[in-house]
Formats: sequence, structure tokens, C-alpha cells
Amino acid sequence: MFGDSEASGVDVESVWRKGWGARCEERSTQTGVISTGEAQTQSCCFQDAGVQTDASGERLQAVGLQTPAAVDYAGLLSFLQNVEEVVIRELNKNWKSHAFDGFEVNWMEQNETVSCLHSLAYPEAQEQKLQVTSVSWNATGSVIACSYGRMEDGDWSTEKSYVCTWNLDRRGLNPNRPDLVVEIPSSVMCLAFHPLQPSLVAGGLFTGEVLVWDTSRIEDPLVWRTGMTDDTHTDPVYQVGWIQGSKHGHPFHVLSVSTDGKILVWQEERDGLLKITDGFSLVCQQIPRSTKLKKHSRGDMVVGVTSLSFSHFEPSVFVTGTEGGFLLKCSTAVETIALQRGCSFALKAPAQFVFSPHGGPVYSVSCSPFHRNLFLSGGTDGHIHLHSMLQAQPLISLQLSKKYIFSVRWSPVRPLVFAAASGDGEVQLFDFGKSSQKPSVSIQQTPDQTPVYCLEFNSRQTQLLAAGDGRGTVKIWQLSSDFTAVGPREMNHLDQLANEITD
Amino acid sequence: MAEVEETLKRIQAHKGVIGTIVVNAEGIPIRTTLDNSSTVQYAGLLHQLTMKAKSTVRDIDPQNDLTFLRIRSKKHEIMVAPDKEYLLIVIQNPCE
Repeated sequence: MFGDSEASGVDVESVWRKGWGARCEERSTQTGVISTGEAQTQSCCFQDAGVQTDASGERLQAVGLQTPAAVDYAGLLSFLQNVEEVVIRELNKNWKSHAFDGFEVNWMEQNETVSCLHSLAYPEAQEQKLQVTSVSWNATGSVIACSYGRMEDGDWSTEKSYVCTWNLDRRGLNPNRPDLVVEIPSSVMCLAFHPLQPSLVAGGLFTGEVLVWDTSRIEDPLVWRTGMTDDTHTDPVYQVGWIQGSKHGHPFHVLSVSTDGKILVWQEERDGLLKITDGFSLVCQQIPRSTKLKKHSRGDMVVGVTSLSFSHFEPSVFVTGTEGGFLLKCSTAVETIALQRGCSFALKAPAQFVFSPHGGPVYSVSCSPFHRNLFLSGGTDGHIHLHSMLQAQPLISLQLSKKYIFSVRWSPVRPLVFAAASGDGEVQLFDFGKSSQKPSVSIQQTPDQTPVYCLEFNSRQTQLLAAGDGRGTVKIWQLSSDFTAVGPREMNHLDQLANEITD
Repeated sequence: MAEVEETLKRIQAHKGVIGTIVVNAEGIPIRTTLDNSSTVQYAGLLHQLTMKAKSTVRDIDPQNDLTFLRIRSKKHEIMVAPDKEYLLIVIQNPCE
């Protein structure tokens, strides 16, 4: 039933390769030709049109305001008619009312006493025992500059001195580290900041030179100098200032006065030099007669000028104080040429009127910022004179000190107040409203009666008064409120004062 | 129109009056006798102040309302007559 049989092997051929090969196909494809074309277009006709509104018959009053139109006149009229009666009633009531007479509100904090805010000094200058010869506030009222030098000896030394500035509004003010120190090879006698540009300050030296510094240039602050020429002062410069050209809008020029009798006006030139643009000379020849000044002197003897103050009302009028104690009213508008030798520039003779003299050199004069005729003078006789420009005799003469008076200044805000710096170390504040005999407040600036040489009110921050003394310190005093707030009828009082003794 | 001007002239002619301004509800000046810049300043500031005063009065008592505002300063007296639509501002010198 079963027989052997032989089964032959079965071959199975791999087909994957063949199959792969068979499935390969070759194809190619290509896009058709891209068709491109160019076309141009341009508009070809223009049209211009102008439009303007017709001038309307009635001009609107509210010209330039956001929307002058769209007023509902009927509504406006009924509104105005409604309120007219009540407004007119209130206007009348207010005009007649005396409810607020004498009513004063004080929003500011009251300062009862005068206090010392800062005591500034440059230690190196103090070591040299230099004195503060002058102080000046800048145009913004935040920077105080002081000059170091020597007041009492007339030595032509080459000892170096300094000009220092402090910004009082600066955070972290260090009273013994000035923001800027300028070293100067001669004693600095006077300083004055530019009235508008806060960084420019002019100074006069003992050698007669006048310099201008820019305090914003830390590296090399010196911007202009007169140099030592034939025209520069031959004596110490006692005061510098800034004056504006005759017309309004002219730039300011530096002015300097010296005991060589010259008052010079300097203009900035190229190369950092100052050139004379105008000059005046006080010589005996032009001083009006019948004064003692004339008797023992030749006509071309010079009269040394120690101080000067310009009128706040007439820009051409100024008052000078002289070494001989005389006070002279002068004018820049003069044409007379003064007798003067050895000067390339024709100096004019400005003197017009002589006031009765002090007993010694007049170190300070100050014209009232509130009255056109009043000015103050103070000198080595310890007296303060209140003068009217109209008469030779002083209106008031007060002996403030047994020693010298070095500086006197009117308050920039209170018409009746002035301050004086005395040789016995006091700063005295006067209020003619309270007393015309005694100072209202007398502050002892120096403990050992070293003289106070200079003082200056701050016209921006009116409660501040700076005073510099012989110990090399500048003290910033905060004035009490009664020296900064103007009282009622103060101007009338000042007028009375000016008219009092003129008859 | 003419009557509006007439009324304003009558107010302006009063003693011590420095200026009158009429301001609309948005605070925009529509009539003035002052110069441009001070008009814009007065109008803007007094409009704000009057609105503030008005809401203050109403917040204190909702039945109440602001009828007139007078401001006394060192130099002037400023009077404001308010209304739904307009404000009349008059600036006057105090008596001598």
C-alpha cells in the first residue's frame, strides 16, 4: 500500500530583485516655456484747483483758539443774561469790600531768627592765613564764589591765592571742599559773576590784571585775561562788575575800577584777551572846585577809586567812592577827555557832582534797587551815609562801628533793609522801618573780632546772605522772615526818607 | 450775537475788571478779552477747578449744587459763574 517515492526538492527562486528591476521606470518632465510680457502705463492729464475762504465780515474775537466756531448763541445769551446780574452784584460787592484788608496768609514756614546755614572754607587757603576778599552769587543763585587774598598789606607778593566755588544746592555739599578751586599767582581783590550766564565770573587782581573764568571748565577755567599791557591798571583792582552796552540787548562787558583812578570797560577779543572798549579816569582837574581835594594837588593827580555802584534806574549813572573819602556822582554818557598820560586810550572824565566826604577811603557804595535817588556808602571812618543823589549832605549818617566798614549792600527784596560788614567781625542788618539809628540784628560772624570783608545778598534765594571774613571762611546766613517779606507801605516810607531833608 | 457782546461789555466795564472769559462745557474758551496765552491758561485751569468744586459740593450733599465760585488771591479776585453749558470767568483787581 505504501511504496517509496522520491520527492524532488523544490526551488524557489528569489524574485524580489527581479521585481525591483522590473518596476523601475524612467521618466522626464519639463515645464513649458514661460511667457513674459511688458506693458507701460502713465496718466496723462493734470488738473489744478485753488481754494480760499472769503474774508468774513465779523472777526471772531477768539482768534487762534482751538474751536472758535460752533457756538449756540441763543444758549450763550440766555446763560449770560442769567449770570450777569449775580456777577455784577459780586463785582460791586468785591470792589467795596474791605474784608481782606490787612489779611496776610503765610504759606511759607516762618524763620524767627537769623541762623548760619553753612560755614564754607578752603583749608589750604586758611593755612596760608589768606582772607576772603570778595564773595559773589551766580545768576541762578545756587553757586557762591569767594576769592582769597590779602586786604591789609600792600605787598606785591607772588604768593598764590585762590578762587573757590561751592554749589549750595548740590547733594553732599562739603563745606571744606569747594567744587572748583582756581589757583592764581597774585592776591585776588574782587569777584563778580556774570548777571545772566551762570558759569562766567570776573575777578580783579592786586597786580591790576582782570581775569574771567568759566567755572564749567574744570580743566582750564581761565577764558579771558587783560594781560599786562600799558592799558591795564597799575594799581590793585578794587571792584569788578558787568555792564550792558548802551542799547538793550547788547552783550555785557567787564568793568573794573582801581586806585590808579581808572575805570575801564573790557570787551572779549580773540585769543582769550580782553581789550579796552571804554574808559574813564578820575583826575583832580575835573573834580568840581571848592573841595579840599583840589587845594594841594596838581590838575592831573589821579583820584583812586575804591568802589562803584551803578544806578538801577538810569544805566548811565553811577556813584564812586574814592580813597580820599569823596563820593562822586558820575555818568558814562560824558564826552570830556580827562588829562591823563601814558595810556593809549582816550579816557573820559565822568565826574558830575561831589557829595560830602567820609573821613577815609570809601570801601563800598550801593545804589538802592527801589529808589532812583538813594544810595549808601561806608568807609574806614566806620560811618554809613545814606545819600540822595540830589544833595551833597547825607540824609542820614550813622556810626556803625569803631573800626572800618568794609561792605554795605541794600536788600534786593526789602526797600528799607540793608546789611553792613564791619571791621569788628559783625554783620549788621538794618531796617529803616524799625529804627533808623540802631541795627535790627547784629550777627557776630567771627568769634575773635576778625573783620568781615565782604557780604552779598542772594537775589534769587532772597533769604540767603553770604559774608566772607578775615579767617578765610564764608558764612551763609539764613535771614529771618521779617527781612524777606515786604511789608505794606514800605515804598511810601522809602519815599519819605528820600524827601525828608531835601528842603 | 450783538446782545452777547453787549452783556460782556457791560461786565468788562465794571470797576477793576481785568478780563472776562466765556468757556464752554469742554473747557474751550469761546469769548475773551485777554490775550491768547493767558486765556488758554485761565480757561483750562479754572474749568478743572470749577468741576472739582462742583463735584465736592455735590458729594457732600447730593441735593446741593455749586452756584458761584470766588477766589481771593494776593493780586486778584477771580469769579466763576458756572452753568450746564458755559462758565463765565471774571478777573478783578481788589479794591484799593
